[in-house]
Amino acid sequence: MNILVCVKQVPDTTEIKIDPITNTLIRAGVPSIVNPFDAYALDLAVRIKETNGGSITVLAMGPEQAKSALKECLSVGADKAILVSDRAFGGSDTLATSYILSTTIKAIEKKTEKFDLILCGKQAIDGDTGQVGPEIAEHLGYSQVTYAEDITVDGEILRVIRENDDRHEIIETQIPAVITVIKTAYEPRYATIKSKMAANKVQIPTMTSGDLDIDLERTGLKGSPTKVKKTFVPQLKKSGIIIKGETGSVSAFKLISLLSDARLI
Amino acid sequence: MNILEDYKNLWVYIEVVDGKAKSVGLELLNPGRRLVAINNEKLIAVVIGDDVEDVAKIAIAYGADEVILVEGSEYKEYSTDGYVNVLEKLVTKYKPSTLLIGATNNGRDVAPRLSCRIKTGLTADCTGIDIDEESGNIAWTRPAFGGNLMATILCPNTRPQIGTVRPGVFKKMEPDFAREAKISREKIYTPKEEIRTKLIKCIKETAGELVNLEEAKIIVSGGRGLGKAENFSLIKEFAEVLGAAVGSSRAAVDAGWISHINQVGQTGKTVQPKIYIACGISGAIQHLAGMNSSDTIIAINKDENAPIFDVANYGIVGNLFEVLPVLIEEIKKIRINK
Repeated sequence: MNILVCVKQVPDTTEIKIDPITNTLIRAGVPSIVNPFDAYALDLAVRIKETNGGSITVLAMGPEQAKSALKECLSVGADKAILVSDRAFGGSDTLATSYILSTTIKAIEKKTEKFDLILCGKQAIDGDTGQVGPEIAEHLGYSQVTYAEDITVDGEILRVIRENDDRHEIIETQIPAVITVIKTAYEPRYATIKSKMAANKVQIPTMTSGDLDIDLERTGLKGSPTKVKKTFVPQLKKSGIIIKGETGSVSAFKLISLLSDARLI
Repeated sequence: MNILEDYKNLWVYIEVVDGKAKSVGLELLNPGRRLVAINNEKLIAVVIGDDVEDVAKIAIAYGADEVILVEGSEYKEYSTDGYVNVLEKLVTKYKPSTLLIGATNNGRDVAPRLSCRIKTGLTADCTGIDIDEESGNIAWTRPAFGGNLMATILCPNTRPQIGTVRPGVFKKMEPDFAREAKISREKIYTPKEEIRTKLIKCIKETAGELVNLEEAKIIVSGGRGLGKAENFSLIKEFAEVLGAAVGSSRAAVDAGWISHINQVGQTGKTVQPKIYIACGISGAIQHLAGMNSSDTIIAINKDENAPIFDVANYGIVGNLFEVLPVLIEEIKKIRINK
């Protein structure tokens, strides 16, 4: 099974704080990580490879720094890594990003062999859109399954356990396919010191628009049909009634009387 | 590039599961009504399935001016290929200016594939839909960066403007089952071999537990402060005496104390009950994003600096293991006396 995993380097959004004076995001000092859902996708790819053989390529779009995310992927089981990077790609929305990634996938396939399976995380934790995976599938004309918890391979058939709101589904599809992955039952494996050192030595190739058969009108800000009009920090309401410094039962009685005064119980 | 003036009317895609309309589709008819009034357009519901005329009628009761209905045995179950094919053909024929899709798993499966096929903009998981006064475009508002930041997105140059909208953000209008409206049937066929995924099996969760969080009037949620899985029984007991649904924070789900389907927040469900009771939940921004528009919020937490108190209407700073048993007993008494 020849597997490609698309990964994104993201700020760790659980570490983001709001500046109380300017009311903006404090991005400085926020660590960059491999998008957690992409890490689950990669780990799933490694498990598929362990059972079925094959090779795993990781692909990221982003600035040069994103190579550190790719190296992390190499240290936990990816065989090859490629960065696609170009100034003309900056400001791309999901449609433009998926176009760039799918064009890159075609270029890689031209040089080597076709991918049987393309995995993405269900969404990136910074943008939270979950759109790039299905859009890559559309650009490539492949079938798609989203929100996968697990995949088993049976020849050319992929059997996917899919999360769907209040239920789980078992869905079958054939290779080639694009599958997006949720948090799985398996904790992604850690790198060893040895695998980290080996990954650090790898020279990761960068592909640019010159290496691709790409229409630059469809990339970057001008190739993006959606435009960000403004961003703002959500305001939370305040001024509730807080009971404190009382024993558990006194607090409970006070709350009950407040709630019945307000006709809530 | 398409000519914007050719595109008119606002569509709401009504997702059907097990032959019934999902709540979010009916919810979206409400903001849809408001937007078509401003733009002087029609509010049109789109229903796809097998033998789903009843759903079309429900959509009319909840406010649709017209329904486009596509039926076929190949649409009995959702499939990406089948449903994208139908929506693409409908959009190409009728040219709606706007399409609202519930941000369920299937909604977020179909929408990007559709928008990519017709090369238009899609905004994901919106929590606000308005008209941009300057340009007349739809202004889609959505959380990003784990709920730390809100962004307003426009799709100025292509049509239709498509957005997936989070379930539970808008309330359904009161249904009027006497309302009449046109149902237009469209025959669109998708050959079997073009549907490349096959649903083999469907396993429904929840053995009898009330987890319909989006429609619950009262929700009792537990978080990290419970300390261990067994203590969730206290939350369940409290929920039972209140007739409430059980929710949780992500921390409790990650700890394995309760299922992901109970999770409220940015990566779980958005809820808007009459009363939301947060027990042992500190109130990370990701959790607040999923519940802060509840009518009344009650928080019980031992840390008085916990951000949950910023959104609470009523709060108890204290030990929930001392507070909850008393609350449970008192509410039992009130219920018996009623």
